[in-house]
Parts: sequence; C-alpha cells; structure tokens
Amino acid sequence: MTTGTVAGIVSNLVTVKVEGPVAQNEICFIIHNNERLMAEVIKVTGENAFVQVFESTRGLRVGAKVEFQGHMLEVTLGPGILSRNYDGLQNDLDKMDGIFLERGNYTDPLNREAKWHFKPLAKVGEAVTAGSWLGEVIENIIPHKIMLPFKMEKRYIIKSLAPEGDYTVDETVAVVVDDENKEIPITMVQKWPVKMAVGAYIDKPRPFRLLETGVRCIDTLNPITEGGTGFIPGPFGTGKTVLQHAISKQAEADVVIIAACGERANEVVEIFTEFPELDDPRTGRKLIERTTIIANTSNMPVAAREASVYTAMTLGEYYRAMGLKVLLMADSTSRWAQALREMSNRLEELPGPDAFPMDLSAVISNFYSRAGIVNLANGSTGSITFIGTVSPAGGNLKEPVTEGTRKAARCFYGLSQDRADSKRYPAIDPIDSYSKYLEYAEVQENLKEKLGESWLESVTKAKDRLLRGKEAMEQINILGDDGVPIEFHERYWKSELIDFIILQQDAFDNIDASTPLDRQQYMLDSVLKVTDSSFNFVNFEEVGRFFKELINYYKQMNYSEYKSEKFVSLEAEIRKHLAERMN
Amino acid sequence: MNSLAFQKIYTKLSNITKATVTLKASGVGYDELATVDGRLAQVVKIVRDEITLQIFSGTEGIPTNAEVVFLAHPPQLKVSDELCGRFFNAYGDPIDGGPEVEGEIRDIGSPSVNPVRRKQPSELIATGIAGIDLNNTLVSGQKIPFFADPDQPYNQVMANVALRAKADKIILGGMGLTNDDYLYFKHLFENAGELERIVSFVNTTENPPVERILVPDMALTAAEYFAVDKNESVLVLLTDMSLFADALSIVSNRMDQIPSKDSMPGSLYSDLARIYEKAVQFPSGGSITIIAVTTLSGGDITHAIPDNTGYITEGQLFLRRDSEIGKVIVDPFRSLSRLKQLVIGKKTRADHPQVMNASIRLYADAANARTKLENGFDLTNYDERTLDFAKEYSDKLLAIDVNVDTDTMLNICWDLLGKYFSKAETGIRQEFVDQYWKGK
Repeated sequence: MTTGTVAGIVSNLVTVKVEGPVAQNEICFIIHNNERLMAEVIKVTGENAFVQVFESTRGLRVGAKVEFQGHMLEVTLGPGILSRNYDGLQNDLDKMDGIFLERGNYTDPLNREAKWHFKPLAKVGEAVTAGSWLGEVIENIIPHKIMLPFKMEKRYIIKSLAPEGDYTVDETVAVVVDDENKEIPITMVQKWPVKMAVGAYIDKPRPFRLLETGVRCIDTLNPITEGGTGFIPGPFGTGKTVLQHAISKQAEADVVIIAACGERANEVVEIFTEFPELDDPRTGRKLIERTTIIANTSNMPVAAREASVYTAMTLGEYYRAMGLKVLLMADSTSRWAQALREMSNRLEELPGPDAFPMDLSAVISNFYSRAGIVNLANGSTGSITFIGTVSPAGGNLKEPVTEGTRKAARCFYGLSQDRADSKRYPAIDPIDSYSKYLEYAEVQENLKEKLGESWLESVTKAKDRLLRGKEAMEQINILGDDGVPIEFHERYWKSELIDFIILQQDAFDNIDASTPLDRQQYMLDSVLKVTDSSFNFVNFEEVGRFFKELINYYKQMNYSEYKSEKFVSLEAEIRKHLAERMN
Repeated sequence: MNSLAFQKIYTKLSNITKATVTLKASGVGYDELATVDGRLAQVVKIVRDEITLQIFSGTEGIPTNAEVVFLAHPPQLKVSDELCGRFFNAYGDPIDGGPEVEGEIRDIGSPSVNPVRRKQPSELIATGIAGIDLNNTLVSGQKIPFFADPDQPYNQVMANVALRAKADKIILGGMGLTNDDYLYFKHLFENAGELERIVSFVNTTENPPVERILVPDMALTAAEYFAVDKNESVLVLLTDMSLFADALSIVSNRMDQIPSKDSMPGSLYSDLARIYEKAVQFPSGGSITIIAVTTLSGGDITHAIPDNTGYITEGQLFLRRDSEIGKVIVDPFRSLSRLKQLVIGKKTRADHPQVMNASIRLYADAANARTKLENGFDLTNYDERTLDFAKEYSDKLLAIDVNVDTDTMLNICWDLLGKYFSKAETGIRQEFVDQYWKGK
C-alpha cells in the first residue's frame, strides 16, 4: 500500500507527498489523531498528490500520515439498499451515533447480519458474464437479482450454486471458474467505482415507451419516456422541489433513487417523514420500500456532494441491470456543478465561464449519458429515467450549467417566475418547454397505442390554443379590452381554460395531485371540445364571466374522484352552462 | 489572549499583505488561531512549514518582527446560561462592561446535524403580522431572510417578530450594524424587559469588516447550546448577511482566489448554506429558527448574494411601501414561506390555504387592472372591484402594523371577499364557501 505525508492544506484541498505509485481518483485516508479522514486524489504533480478531503480539515497538521487504498471511490452493492438513507459516500446515516455528523465516522451501507431468502435462477454448468443473474432474493417487494459482479470481465462457468435458503450477504451463493479453471466464490455483495459507468448490457436503444408521472403538463404536453432524460430549471421559489417530489411519488417506476445534492436539509426530512407514510398505489405497500435516498445536504462537505450524484447513478445502474425501471432524481445538479467549481478554483485551474471548470459541459453530458433503457443479455430490459433540477444563478437560463444541461437532456421543463408569481403551479412554462421524445417515431407509435390515433393531434391543438391565447392577451394589453374584437377575448379565455384545468394541478390535494393517463385523456378531450365550439357573446365582459364560471366547475371536477357521482353531476352542470351560450 | 508559559513565540514574518501574513512555523493545525502582536488571526493556508495567517483586524502597522503565538485551537466560545442578557463582540468578548462569561468551551462552526436526526418542522410561529402569518406563515426550525432595500424598516420588523414570537431565547448576530441600529436593538430589548432571554453578538461598522465572518458562527454556537443542551426553542436574528458575504469576498480576493459571479467567492453558496442550515427542529423539542436580513442593491435579486440565499433559505420576505395606503406592507407576490404548507390548514383553520390563494389571486388581478388604468384603458366593473378590494386588503391585512390572530385574519378575508366578489369569482372550494361565505 502506498503511503504519504501531508505537506500542505488550503481548506479541503490537501497536498500529500507520496512515497510510491498513486492513481488519479484513488481514495486515501489521512490519519489525524484518532480520526481517519477520507479523501480522493484529483491531481498529481511530481511527488505531490492533491487530494480533496470529504471532511472538514480543521486542526490537520503537516506531517500527518496518509494511506492510499489502491481503488477509486466505490459503492457497495447488494440486497438491503432500498429504504436506506445514505450520505453522498453511501454511509448509512441511520447507523451514525449522535445528533451531529462527526468527522471520520463511516458506516456500512449494508446489513451484514440480515438473512435473505436466496433462490437460484441459473444452472450449474451455465456460462456467465458480468451482470448475469445467478439467483434472486426478495428485497422488500423488489425481486433483487444476485448477479455476477460487474468487475468480472471474462466468461465464467458456474461450478456450484447454493440451494434455495436463507443466507447473509457475505455467504457464498455460487462458485464460478474462469478459463484457467480458477475457482471464484460469489457472494451477494459487490463493489463498483462510482465514476465509471456500469456496462453490463447488450445495447441501449432509443427510448420508446412513455413513463407516466401523473403530472398533467408533463404526461399530456411534454411526456418523458422510460429511460429518458429531462431537466427542470427554475429560479428559486418556482416549485422545483415540489414538482420533483410529486414525480418521484407518482411515476411508474420499480425503484426510485433520490439524490438530494447540496439542497435543504428540511426538504430531505420531508421525504424521510412522508415516504414511510405514503402508500404506493402500484404495489399497495409503502413508497419508502422501493426508494433510496442519498442525502448530501448543502451544509455537508462539498467534495462528498460532488460524489453524491455518482453514487446515486451507480445504485441506479445496479438495479437497472436487474431488469427494473429505475427513476433517478437529482436536486440540484447546479450544486454539483458548484462543487466542481470550488475544487477547480482551489486547484487554481484556469476558469471557464462564470468561473466554472472548462470541461463542465462535457462532465454534465457524460453523466446524463449514463441514463437510458438497456437490453440485457437475457432478453429483459431495464431503464434509468433521469430527471435533474437546475438552479440557474439569477434565474438566467443562459448560465453555463443550464446551457450545458440543455445539450444533454432531452426534455426541458422550464419553470417560469411569472407563472409562479401568479400561483399557477406547477409553473412549467407550456410554451418554452419541450420533449424531444414527441419527435421519435417509436414514441409516437407508443402514444397512439395507449391513447388512440388522434392523441398527438389533440396535444398539438392544445399547445396551439395556448400560444394563440397568449397572443390574444398581448393584443388585448396593447389595444385595450374594447379595442379588439370579442373573438380575441374568447380566444384568450379558451387558453385560460386549458391553463387552469390541464396545466395547473394542486400538488397538495389528494385527488388532484396525481392524474392517471386515462383521466388526463378524458379531461383534455372534454376541454378541447369546449375550445373547438363557438359561443355567442354580446360584449367582452360576458366572455370573462362565462369562462370563469366554467373554469370553476371544471376545477371542482379536478378535485373530485374520477367518474364519481360528484364528477358526473359537475359534468352535467357544465353541459347546461355551455348550452346557454353555445352556437 | 495572553500567551501561555513555554509557548513558542515566532518573530519573523516573511510576507505581509493587506489581510494576511506568512511565516515559517511547525506543528500548526489548519483553522487554528494565533495572535500577531496581540491581534487575533487564523491559519488559512499551510504549505510545508510556511503558514499563512489571516489577521481579522487587518495588517496595518504589523512589522516583520511581530510576535506570533499559536493558540492550538480554532475560534471558541464559552457557553453557559451566563450568556443571557449580554452583549459580545465577534470574538465572543463582552462589550457591555460586564464580567467575562464562565462556561464550557466550544469550538465554533460545529459539524452539521445528521439529517436523519432532524424532525420535520411543524410548530407555527405566530407574529401577528398578517403579511407573514396569513400568507407566509413561519415555522420553527425554518430559515428565512428579509430581502430589503437599505432604506426599509427591516430591523424594526425583525425585532417585532422576534419579541412577539414565543421563543425561549433570541440570539442577535449583528454584522456591520451602524452604531445607531445597535443602540436601537439594545434599547428595544431592554425596554421590552426581555433582556434575560436575549444574547447579542455585534460587529458594528466601527469594527474591522473581516471580523464579521465570525459573528454567525458565534451566534449559532450559542444557539446550539440552548437548543441541544437545554432543549429550548431559539430564534437567531442575523443582520445583515450581505455585509457578511462582502467580508467573505474581501478575504477571498486577498487570497488571490478567482472570483465567480458579482466578485463573490466561488464557495459563496456553501459558505451561506453552512450557516443557514444550522436552522433545525430536534425531536427533543429544541429548535433553531433563523430570521436574517439580506440587503439588496436597487431591489436586484439576481445579484449573487440574494440569489444564492434564495436557493438556501426556506423562502424570503419582501417589504414594500404601498403608496395607495401610505404604509409598508409585506409584498404578497414576491414573499414566500416554503414551510407554510406544513402548518396552514393543519395548525390553522382548514380554509386557510384556499382563502389565502384566492385573495392573492384577486390581489394580482388588481395589479393587472392598475396597469390597464395606467395605460389609459377603461376599467370593467370587475377591475374596479379588484382595485377596491386590493386597497382594503392591503390596509387591513398586509400592512406591517397589523397585529391580530390568524382566525381574525381569515375572517377579515371572508368579509372582503364577500363584500367585493361573487362566490364563483373566488374559486374557493364549495365546502368552505358553504361554511364561511359572508356575502350575497
């Protein structure tokens, strides 16, 4: 093992004089009194290694001993990851003693004593490669595959398999032999370096299946796909986190991984508090059972914040290799970018735009590219759908993180300050936002299959109406209520109807918070029927009054159980109301 | 800060800048304190045996043969109940003429709370100000700043909030306070007869700016003592965090760091988060709530300081002078309390969320009507009603001189809604309309 001694300290950047070979991104421990401070090599110059310490360096002295570990930052993969709360380095936060996060306190991400009921899936004599499913345990409700470790790059033959029964994660459940007939025992645990993408799949097709989120202005207007990528930029106070929480609660995923990256601790506590209480509509169990939280809040050490998104992604890749649908949420990728900036700054690298490192855009693209739907060797598919939030400085979407992300992510859900100010939540701008997936022929096929031939046409029409409504409003503002034909008011109010009933959604209402796809389709059809009709108004004031009442009926409908008595009776009221004015 | 016996004294500085000195020394820990000719300094950089010290009060008059003594500990505060009723400077030394405080020595800038050991905030903080309690309800364990222009009465409003909130302790962290404002707080606290539950750490404009960097950590170390050791609810007031951030940029500039947006250090977000994230609710009942002030230049919230703050804090409060009624109001559009969802309609009456949203939406319609009026267009009957509503709403609820309980605020809302609007125009859910509607 290579060792070294501390030669210099500036905040969490420590210079280590190394005796022996050292690798870029290698992990080391700095021995300070009785504490072991974890750090990562980020630059080597001659005999000096520059390491970023994942902890506070207070009190650290020149001459302190450093032990290099011979591997990069790794996560531990095995059953028992779900419903855990980890920090950015995958320490189990619940296992830490005391109220405060004392430095040098590292805890095991897995439970080594728990027994898992193992069922073999493969057969003795079978040839296997990295990621091959050897057996299965049930983790909460998820069929958790025990795989040939991703690090094993060759072809192996299964020599023996443990019979069905209860085992701890460290017990041998299989023995494989390589081409030199060397026996290798396999347990339920493996390790993988977080900065490397897990490869264990055949290929990555273009995403083609819709991923339902229950959020109308995503599913209806700009849908995201299974294995797709999206990002949500928005100034503070526009509802990024509420939207992210809504998606993670409702989306049709097998496993949800939430990376709270440099965000508020109270928001993480909200997840800790709510998820164990929330029922999972898909399984009838609790949401937390299929959720893992990576909490690296803004006050935790900045280097660990950088690691946290990679830790989350690697856990996602692990579950994807089991043929599961993973939803990965990162809030916020801007904080991750800022962590990169802080380190780049301390390394005295030449800065790029806004003092961010020059390769920021490449780093972001590379990270987003780890998401996607994959075909596994055994014919199943698995996916990681990744949605990141971006917190643009000053709400300016021209800043480097937003620009860099725009190049990488396929869906753009821009949150608008104006919409948030007028409490039109979720504040996703219907006109600026887009989903590139709508242009994919295979996605269009999938949508038609699910929602009928005319669906895409309806969506385009709704967007069209919104745009024309906005234009009409601008004309009214310039020329005055009286200065435009009544038709302009009608056009504007029709777009308001779509806005209030389809776009706006009350995330805090039990019923309105999540809208299943069939209900979304029903409501859009109903609303579009109104916007396609022509009405008879004498003056513009009547238009506003009429539509406000109409919107009110529709809103009550959104708050009612689908097809309930109340829902149906409101529909009747609406028909009556429309009949009064319809031509 | 006298040197102890047998302590090594260094007397050879190799480098002096406006804020830092460099010398050769051994066995020095990072972040450790030292004295340079009696002035307090802190280790900010170590390269082999070369130690760079940042001198809080500046290097004016420091000679190359200045006496340097390392104190072998980071900045500390002695904590005990004796802190109550006292005024201290940024180093935690008394400035009120009273005796030294005895107590347990604690390093300031403690590690962060394990997020799984926190409790979700759920206790409402009543202030009597409707612009806050009705529209932007505060919750204990929250962190929220006033975004204010320098000419607005933010310190007064904050002091009022502090005294009305039922906190066990109030800790004032004053950074770059003018002497007048310092005396204002002092007299206000004394006259309220509340001195016994107040601790103050004050850096005034007369003190060196870099000292300010210590103030939030001092205040929060004291706060943690009361919240963790005594399970008390503690309210921390930090004013003005913009001056704190300015001090950070001075230091980073003098250490030749590459500035990011608005000449602020690249680590500004982390630096501010480290402070604000000390706000916490513990399961044991202790809590730290932070109310801060971030002064804006020309109302610009895209500047790096308010911008980074907004991403960290749980909302922000804006004050604005309403010329229609000639009073300062809490701006309902730009103000936001992110944690209000945890208490409104739960700890307050069930109609609270709907009434609040409906009123603000109608208030927004009034703003549109005003634009129309200014552009010379005719107003509709609805426009006129919104304008009348807005004026009364502003006067009876938004003005900062309001002091009533939340039920009364809701009743006033229902009165106004019924007076000016039809049920459909409010869009409030039927069950609440049935229960509370007061109009036709």
